[in-house]
Amino acid sequence: MKILMTDVLVIGGGLAGLRAAIGAKRRGHHVLVLSLVPPKRSHSAAAQGGMQASLANVIRGQGDCEDTHFEDTVRGSDWGADQIVARMFVNTAPKAVRELAAWGTPWSRVRRGAHEVIINAEKVTLTERDEAHGLIAQRDFGGTKKWRTCHVSDGTGHAMMFTMSDQLIRHDIEVLERTEALALIHDGERCYGAVVRNLVSGEIFACMAKATMIATGGAGRLYRVTTNAVICEGMGHALALETGIAPLGNMEAVQFHPTGIFPAGILVTEGCRGDGGLLRDVDGHRFMPDYEPEKKDLASRDVVSRRMEQHIRSGKGVPSRFGEHLWLDITLLGAHHIGPKLREVKEICETFLGIDPVHHWIPVRPAQHYTMGGVRTNHTGESPWLKGLFAAGEAACWDLHGFNRLGGNSVAETVVAGMIVGEFIADFCDNPANTVAQPVKLAQEFIRREKDKLEKLLNQPGKENPFRLCTEMQEIMTRCVGIFRSANGLQEGICGLQRLLQRSRSLGISGKSRGSNPELVAAYRLRRMLKLALTIAHGALQRTESRGAHFREDFTRRDDRNWLKRTLAFWPSDPETLLPRLEYEPIDIKAMELPPGWRGYGAKDYIAHPDTTERQFEIEQIKSQTEHCDRFAQQEALMPYTACLPESLRGKNERLDEPLESAQ
Amino acid sequence: MSQRQITLKILRYNPQEAGSEPRLQSYSLETAEAMTLFIALNEIREHQDPTLQFDFVCRAGICGSCAMMVNGRPRLACRTLVAELPDTVVLAPLPFFELIGDLSVNTGKWMRGMSERLHTWLHTMEESPDICRIEERMEPEDAEAVYEMDRCIECGCCVAACGTARMRQDFVGAVGFGKIARFRLDPRDIRTDADYYELIGDDTGVFGCMSLLACHDVCPKSLPLQNQIAFLRRKMAQVSIRRE
Repeated sequence: MKILMTDVLVIGGGLAGLRAAIGAKRRGHHVLVLSLVPPKRSHSAAAQGGMQASLANVIRGQGDCEDTHFEDTVRGSDWGADQIVARMFVNTAPKAVRELAAWGTPWSRVRRGAHEVIINAEKVTLTERDEAHGLIAQRDFGGTKKWRTCHVSDGTGHAMMFTMSDQLIRHDIEVLERTEALALIHDGERCYGAVVRNLVSGEIFACMAKATMIATGGAGRLYRVTTNAVICEGMGHALALETGIAPLGNMEAVQFHPTGIFPAGILVTEGCRGDGGLLRDVDGHRFMPDYEPEKKDLASRDVVSRRMEQHIRSGKGVPSRFGEHLWLDITLLGAHHIGPKLREVKEICETFLGIDPVHHWIPVRPAQHYTMGGVRTNHTGESPWLKGLFAAGEAACWDLHGFNRLGGNSVAETVVAGMIVGEFIADFCDNPANTVAQPVKLAQEFIRREKDKLEKLLNQPGKENPFRLCTEMQEIMTRCVGIFRSANGLQEGICGLQRLLQRSRSLGISGKSRGSNPELVAAYRLRRMLKLALTIAHGALQRTESRGAHFREDFTRRDDRNWLKRTLAFWPSDPETLLPRLEYEPIDIKAMELPPGWRGYGAKDYIAHPDTTERQFEIEQIKSQTEHCDRFAQQEALMPYTACLPESLRGKNERLDEPLESAQ
Repeated sequence: MSQRQITLKILRYNPQEAGSEPRLQSYSLETAEAMTLFIALNEIREHQDPTLQFDFVCRAGICGSCAMMVNGRPRLACRTLVAELPDTVVLAPLPFFELIGDLSVNTGKWMRGMSERLHTWLHTMEESPDICRIEERMEPEDAEAVYEMDRCIECGCCVAACGTARMRQDFVGAVGFGKIARFRLDPRDIRTDADYYELIGDDTGVFGCMSLLACHDVCPKSLPLQNQIAFLRRKMAQVSIRRE
């Protein structure tokens, strides 16, 4: 049995995985990356509109800083985020953008002088400062107080991914392409790597490592309509869940993006609205200001998606042979803007819709977009339940996004978490206490187990077709566990999914090839996807409140008193199991820098937690005591976090209006 | 266009399997509105032949996974609308690249080799810049010009359409020239034309190009390959003359 040994095994070749791999390699560790596809094809490359980092270069970003980014992120999360993690993140995001700039990403730059933009459907002239000329530019995005989204036209993820992947090659890090992890090797306390399968040859072998990282992205393909790539099937989530030991956090928190093109679900960026585009209904009416007078078309994604569906329900959808949709109007931006700044959007509209968005409105409807839930980790990115298992990016519940992620915070999280967790992984490997003899026998046992499972799957006389069951699962998820949820619908969904899980025990595979075999792959992934689907649906049924993207029609208010807590889902090892076991992790208001309140958009009505007032009072006191201090000292007094960051990432960020002293 | 029946003739061959012989296999399919080859091929796999191999990732024309020969021309399958195709369509894997099976080829392996060979990363003086400091400035036009070339998705269409690549396996192809052009345009990169000459100044590089320029015609991202290759060749010729 083949066993490869390495220091760090990174599962997933997207931005988070590659950045962590580079970090660990620079610290002198041997790194091996597994990827289903060549890394540059990873779904990170599909991010269009940009990456949030408070550089404050453009005039509409002036005055932006970590504090504003922090508050926007926490409000966006509907107070589900871990505020320490959010602080670590906002302090690292500017560094991540600048590092990528130094590595070659061609970020769009500020041009000095006057330029015309569209804000709230009106032409406005903005004048950029001379001293900002040539610095990295920012655009507007939903749910943010300042223009903070750094971008490369509307191909940001692509440009970042290519820069990162080329740096990986420069650092001579090996990638096993078209290789899939089937199971984590562990003894119940410590993770030792993974059993993997070469998708071309079918060879099954083990990669043993001191530290194993899951960076496999999201699970959008659990839904019928999703913006996600076809490889986003949640297989990294499933690796952790199937250990029965490492839980997934907040899986019921699923984001729907307002502007998937209809009906294919292909994404057009939030940058369309950030740059001035508007949502319109069947009458051509701009409806968002009717619902959200404060942020209008640029409220957070969960709010806009819900309002869109609500508007369609009220009879204002545009009928078509595929169902109803709404319009995204970017015609008011003009060819001179769309040409250079929304180029991918134009290409997508031309190719898939046969329309030119310079002249025509784009048919859109919300589509599944982002998995806030993931492998629950602590602030270092490690699972507190399984030593040596790390996770980062969309596959992790670190927990930066809580119940709703802000646009531009996902690619930002990938690189930032890659930087931070990469350092902690290196620390972990440096620690002599973590250098133990690799339990080769255990690995062999895990290899045998996986081989047996696949042999059984190939040889069993079942009749069920994995592709068809998968389609049924996707239909159920879209119908019952979507934007609007209720006890009845969720119950129906769970029953349907459980029936599918039972039926998936009698799959029949027509092609018996042990090598490349798409049907076999679909079969073993299907069972894992069903477990994830059940984890989402069950978590959603139990959570009798509405928070962020999780909306219950029968419990419409956010309930801080009973539900300010994270869902933890464990999958029991009993093979007959049809539901995960749920536990809850409290979120402590008394440790918060920003206690729960109104988000600034969306519902104003919520059930407050008794600790909130008390903490508010404490915060007022701390603020008045530290009045004379600068914003950093004040922040540190409210919620110290700097010590949580790796030492190399603790520095302050320089801005035009916040110069650093020469010796920091 | 109304629904119609089309025939997809797909070149089937699995080099991993003993006894597998290359053959054209026909599949009949009813088209639907807005159907792309992504939808069509998945429908065939789900309802007619679960063993059919092909690659899709983003299905939105941005990842470059699904390039294949569609009636003899390399293109992205996910961006190909079935409505635009005739009643009979022949699908074949991209030539030049290592075949994995059926329509799936190993572009990833070749592209990594190309990157290693051409050093397709930014070369700067400063090894570890201070990332707490304000970033280095760059003219907005320069950033746009670099991005224009940076839009390459490494799909392999240009190499599959290349006359020179047909004759020599070690040719770096338009994708390689595009990368060099990209870094050459980047004011942050410290390499000179003499450095680039070392990478592409021979017949496996820019002097191997016969200017047939099918690469330019088939590029799904419409990169300005024709201009960039011609410009690079002139610059490399100048270096070579200076060296004589």
